[in-house]
Amino acid sequence: MEVKPLIRKIVIIALTIVAAYLLQTAVFSHLVLANVTPNILIIVTSAFGFMRGRKDGMFVGFFCGILLDLASGTLFGLYALVYMLIGYLNGLFEKLFYGDDIKLPILLIGISDFLYSIIIYIIFFLVKGRFDILFYLKSIILPEIVYTILVSIVLYFILYRLNIFIDKPDKRSRSKFV
Amino acid sequence: MRRRRNRNFIPSRILLAVMILICIILLFTSYVSNFTSGPIHTIANYLFVPMQKGIDYIGNTVFLNSEESKTKEALLAENEELKSKVNDLTNQINTMQLQQNELEELQSIYQLDHSYGNYEKTGARVIAKSTSNWFNTFTINKGSADGIEKDMNVLAGSGLVGIVTDVGTHYAVVRSIIDDTSSVSGMVISTGDNCIVSGSLKDMTNDNMILFGNLEDTQGAVNPGDSVVTSNISDKYLPGLLIGYVTQITDDDNHLTKSGKISPVADFKHLQDVLVITTKKEVGDVGSEASD
Repeated sequence: MEVKPLIRKIVIIALTIVAAYLLQTAVFSHLVLANVTPNILIIVTSAFGFMRGRKDGMFVGFFCGILLDLASGTLFGLYALVYMLIGYLNGLFEKLFYGDDIKLPILLIGISDFLYSIIIYIIFFLVKGRFDILFYLKSIILPEIVYTILVSIVLYFILYRLNIFIDKPDKRSRSKFV
Repeated sequence: MRRRRNRNFIPSRILLAVMILICIILLFTSYVSNFTSGPIHTIANYLFVPMQKGIDYIGNTVFLNSEESKTKEALLAENEELKSKVNDLTNQINTMQLQQNELEELQSIYQLDHSYGNYEKTGARVIAKSTSNWFNTFTINKGSADGIEKDMNVLAGSGLVGIVTDVGTHYAVVRSIIDDTSSVSGMVISTGDNCIVSGSLKDMTNDNMILFGNLEDTQGAVNPGDSVVTSNISDKYLPGLLIGYVTQITDDDNHLTKSGKISPVADFKHLQDVLVITTKKEVGDVGSEASD
């Protein structure tokens, strides 16, 4: 009884992460707006964080990060660490989260993306003496946040349904087939 | 209440600490031993690469079609332009041919036989672009099974694009020369002076340029428009690959070296097919074999 829902949850979340990763690297790379692409994996990490709590957010973030580490070929484990922390932090807001209201999710996703961008900027750019933070803010960080939020408005509702589907499989499938 | 429901045998704070530790260990091992991901490659090979290939194929057909729907006028204008370019180039080739013959003659006299540009190449397709807006890396659809190895150089058209940084069985990750962390040892053809060509996210976003520095041009003979190629003292890049053209040059504060901007030859915005040079630069064993 305990194991089956767990496996089910893991499979669904894993498929979601894979789909998000493919969206980000293969689909949205064709849809560049204002020189940036949206950060789909941060949406997934953040959403599962505040929908399912700290632990789940943490693991979702970790695996999202591992995928990015694989594809980026730089230091292995860095994205995993950053995404994991973001997932955990979003998990702290689980208590404030009420399903259909979209304001909090959008806000949290925006903040998460901002946090992620700032961390990447500090680790890879500031330490190399690129101090012009205003430029990076204007031409990369803010456009990315805006684009990410736009995409997340659509994506959030899919993730939200998915989350309900993870928790109450029977009810949903019954209502579907009767 | 809620906590008890969540199968709470390990407090999440401790779990977080453990996971952070795992990440730090991963980071440390990858930093020390150049290990990148090992067994997880297999997952990427059989799970992601086929899917990325599929999606990329669909994407390309869709997006190529929008490219094909150019207006007749635009096509005619382009045709005109290209025709004049062909004429120019034909002329250029004729003079080059003469020079080439002369060069070969001289080389045979001196018994030199450096053949720049005659490296073995294999074509590959870009199947996924960079994972974030901060970096310029991309994934190609060939890997170790096709003879790709780490540190092989990658070209697109006639210009240098980047270098292979990570290889799986059926895919490879390429870091392009416009990436902020990339730096290449270059040489200005006209004077033979060496310089360091480094990518810059800022200049790339602003005006599609990359930077160069440490150019010791004492005679002041380097001018905008000069071609910059990879130098023969680079330890990973093969000599003589065209990087781009100098567009701007300024004196450094120390009045000994110069720096400026280069307009790269390769079109990084529309990378689709690239050429991987399967010859690797051999520099003896001066620490080049760091990978396992």
